[in-house]
Amino acid sequence: MPRTVRDVVFVDGVRTPFGKAGPKGVYHETRADDLVVKAIRELLRRNPGLDPKKVDEVAVAATTQIGDQGLTIGRTAGILAGLPTSVPGYSIDRMCAGALTAVTTVAGSVAFGAYDVAIAGGVEHMGRHPMGEGVDPNPRFVSEKLVDESALFMGMTAENLHDRYPTITKLRADEYAVRSQEKAAKAYANGKIQADLVPVSVRRTDPASGETGWGLVTADEPMRPGTTLENLANLKTPFRVHGRVTAGNAAGLNDGATASLIASEDFARENGLPVKMRLISYAFAGVEPEVMGYGPIPATEKALAQAGLSISDIGLFEINEAFAVQVLAFLEHYGIADDDERVNQYGGAIAFGHPLASSGVRLMTQLARQFEEQPHVRYGLTTMCVGFGMGATVIWENPHFEGDK
Amino acid sequence: MSTTAELLKGAAELFPGEVVTQAHVRHFDLPLGAGRFALITLDNGHDHTKPTTLGPQSLANIDAAIDQVEKEAADGGIVGVGVTGKPFVFAVGADLKGVELLKRHEDAVAIGKGGHDVFKRLSTLAVPTFAYYNGAAMGGGVEIGLHCAYRTVSAAVPAFSLPEVFLGLVPGWGGCTLLPNLIGADKAVTVVIENSLNQNKQLKGGQVYDLGIADALFEGADFLEQSLVWTASVLKGEIAVERPAIDRGEGWDQAVARGRSIADSKVHGAAPAAYRALDIIAAAKDGDLQAGFDAEDQALADLIMSGELRAGLYAFNLVQKRGKRPAGAPDKNLARPVTKVGVVGAGLMASQLALLFVRRLEVPVVLTDIDQERVDKGVGYVHAEIDKLLLKDRINRDKANRLKALVTGVLDKAEGFADADFVIEAVFEEIGVKQQVFAEVEAVAPAHAILATNTSSLSVSEMASKLRHPERVVGFHFFNPVAVLPLLEIVRGERTDDASLATAFAVARKLKKTAVLVKDAPAFVVNRILTRFMGEIQNVIDEGTPVEVAEKAVEPLGLPMSPLVLLELVGPAIGLHVSETLHRAFPDRFTVSPNLKAVVEAGKRGFYVYDSGKPELDPEVAALLKQGDTVLTEEQVRDRVLDAVAQEIGLMLAEGVVAEAQDIDLCLITGAGWPFHLGGVTPYLDRAGVAERVNGKRFLEPGVASVPA
Repeated sequence: MPRTVRDVVFVDGVRTPFGKAGPKGVYHETRADDLVVKAIRELLRRNPGLDPKKVDEVAVAATTQIGDQGLTIGRTAGILAGLPTSVPGYSIDRMCAGALTAVTTVAGSVAFGAYDVAIAGGVEHMGRHPMGEGVDPNPRFVSEKLVDESALFMGMTAENLHDRYPTITKLRADEYAVRSQEKAAKAYANGKIQADLVPVSVRRTDPASGETGWGLVTADEPMRPGTTLENLANLKTPFRVHGRVTAGNAAGLNDGATASLIASEDFARENGLPVKMRLISYAFAGVEPEVMGYGPIPATEKALAQAGLSISDIGLFEINEAFAVQVLAFLEHYGIADDDERVNQYGGAIAFGHPLASSGVRLMTQLARQFEEQPHVRYGLTTMCVGFGMGATVIWENPHFEGDK
Repeated sequence: MSTTAELLKGAAELFPGEVVTQAHVRHFDLPLGAGRFALITLDNGHDHTKPTTLGPQSLANIDAAIDQVEKEAADGGIVGVGVTGKPFVFAVGADLKGVELLKRHEDAVAIGKGGHDVFKRLSTLAVPTFAYYNGAAMGGGVEIGLHCAYRTVSAAVPAFSLPEVFLGLVPGWGGCTLLPNLIGADKAVTVVIENSLNQNKQLKGGQVYDLGIADALFEGADFLEQSLVWTASVLKGEIAVERPAIDRGEGWDQAVARGRSIADSKVHGAAPAAYRALDIIAAAKDGDLQAGFDAEDQALADLIMSGELRAGLYAFNLVQKRGKRPAGAPDKNLARPVTKVGVVGAGLMASQLALLFVRRLEVPVVLTDIDQERVDKGVGYVHAEIDKLLLKDRINRDKANRLKALVTGVLDKAEGFADADFVIEAVFEEIGVKQQVFAEVEAVAPAHAILATNTSSLSVSEMASKLRHPERVVGFHFFNPVAVLPLLEIVRGERTDDASLATAFAVARKLKKTAVLVKDAPAFVVNRILTRFMGEIQNVIDEGTPVEVAEKAVEPLGLPMSPLVLLELVGPAIGLHVSETLHRAFPDRFTVSPNLKAVVEAGKRGFYVYDSGKPELDPEVAALLKQGDTVLTEEQVRDRVLDAVAQEIGLMLAEGVVAEAQDIDLCLITGAGWPFHLGGVTPYLDRAGVAERVNGKRFLEPGVASVPA
């Protein structure tokens, strides 16, 4: 049977504000599934043209798929969000690139013709599900030296990446982190972020954490506007004595959820849905697990090659800031300045937070806003590093591009 | 210390056991840049199984929270104030345990005034106030919201009501006054009077919105978020809340009149609460809120100090608590599993039982009868009833298929009952027939199977006496209509063992019936009392009192229907049969009315004709009546009837028919529909002095269903 690959578009994306994991965090008493349910509902509310019956799939990523992130959360979240029972769903996991993989996986199905429209997103409640909860690594990893022992500790892999790029100093990483906070604060001040946030009601019963009762979260909790180099200079380097990675130049431990609508371009246009980005290519790549932060580089190489593009064609970058060093390694590799204005214009995960499997869609949502504002840009990319030595990159085209006019 | 605080402090001292609700104040920024907001969360610190209630300390906490936000509002620190509840519960009203403890009218006034003083502050803050009905809201919970400027409600709210009139109170923290001023008198009458008196009917979230009580309706999944987004829009002026104009003219008076006719039809003037509520609703027409609140305080206090309310609370607790934990039931761990049920007989009663068992137990139910035609008819009836449930969307197609497949009929008891764990008979009320049936069942059923009888008047012990295993026979007396009346009298025969009895109670629980343990005594509880009651009415008629006088004599009790209408419902022939049975047992107290006999012999099924729309004595019946010449007044009739009832209950308690007077009342409420304001009947007999007059003592200690001494 002859098939035609269909164009796939990013229709819309939303997220919950991100919270700090732990007992004092805003989401401490909020279930993970409720977070993603609220994101899905906001997505549907914002796109009334989409008949929920037509949704072909709900793909929800979570790294730790137990408890309120288990039970095939893609399916349960769909039901909890009020989608008809006829809409199926599944769970997906590629650690930090979970939501990104949810997007590419449903996008592949849309291109293939299996779906017209799907919801893809992710959730991670690192307060309820700390990193490494319930893991049981095969002892052969160590006994046969398949990976270095540091591979399971993301902070250590970041230190390892500093080793690989000796020119990336702690100062450069701290400077980058300060800029991320500044850009994020500015983006907030300019209203670039709030429009894609769904407010989340949160309950607190422990007075030790603040005012009790129901509250409403409307902004990212981890933000530290006004952070200075001096603030960062003396932070501990918990992953290595005299190391370079600190809580200040890395993303924190966070809670949050994202959701996006991915559709065939024809479906979107026929149903009056917005087309915010057009998918060009996506690629995943593996690297040595102990330098997982290197992952975006080979993944981007692959994605560019598939698209027949070069790095100079990319006008906007959304790079997940798991660690400043990992962004800087990417930039260094491509000869891009640390403060290049095409990169993470609204700041990144160092400011907003990084609830693992949810972050991919945040990158896309922000890139989509930037596309809209910058019609002179034709291509952008979203990329992230992934635990156990992987990278993930998606290249997007700006449907608002006016360059040819 | 403010007056309100003093008031509440005094009230709190009277109620040391209060489950205290906290009023948490939390601040945050509203969406859309609408500004800083203060949200009050009402939370008693327990999960949803213990809903938030409002006692004096709780009110004081709310008062303190309002102190805080009032100041912030005045200082310009906040743009609005909201009130919501803990998960699944908004607030379910005043803590009734505290009401039961009140002994003095002035303390009762303090409860009403305390609530008003706190709640009405929500309408005088410098910023708009919002209530977010997130979950169950009743009584005072609903009323907090009524004092706010705006309300939203969750579509997931399962229960929303002003149940005060149902219990014997008025909505006295603003409900009677504010609700008609918000949604008009007619809808207010529906909520305050009609729903309350209709077995405390609850509204769902959507209905709360449709009635106009809430200004916006949001789904449960993100109710609070959407309520707050809506709040932000209202505060920014992007949403204008418009409410339909209410009819303050004739419509208001008609609504109150409609309320009075509902009250008359339900309580026949016998319980004051509905009428007091209607008086306040009527007066609320002029929109004078403070006058309304004052009237509420007085009505509330009068009612709190009334016997009707105390009896109502007693009745409510009987149904809610004793009804769920039957007195005298054996250890439930002794119960044996019931995986298949046999029904002997396939007539109407047997078929109704089969339907009930299959719906609640969802196990195979097999009907037997003496010929195939009857069996087919019985099974056909059950299948048709299941189809009706399907048509009404009460069950889905799969469930209907499942239930229908579970109900079968056979002629051969050996085939039908060989693996049954529970066999109930509903054959002709004749001891020889029943003994024969049980002997046949015993021959084929497993040794452990319970043999249950639905007899209404025969001796369970006698029925069991000829069996090899009489210890497994229990009485299982349902009330007609089986699907409607909750009562199930479980009768312990002389030789019934604990395991069989425990199994019977376990089955009753699954059937969702209110089980009461009853001794094997003639006609058990409800039929004995009703028959004595009816017998006395018939006696006075036979002796010469006109039928209308006899009927009207007991109207002030507010029973669900008049004696002769009840007898029509039961069927004169059955009534006669039961009176004959009881006459044989207690010939000095239970008479057999010759007039009733004549009516039955004439083949009459009732006493009244309804051609004119109102019941009028059937001339054919009137022609049959042979009356003496002793004409009593209504009061004399009432005294005689009540004396008889009090005497009979006193004797039943002395005989140990049930454990306590509470069980008698529970039976009358759930098996005969006797009203809450009578407390069943013994609280009323105590308060009217009948118990003292007849038996020389009260049935219940003062304070149990009455104002404590």
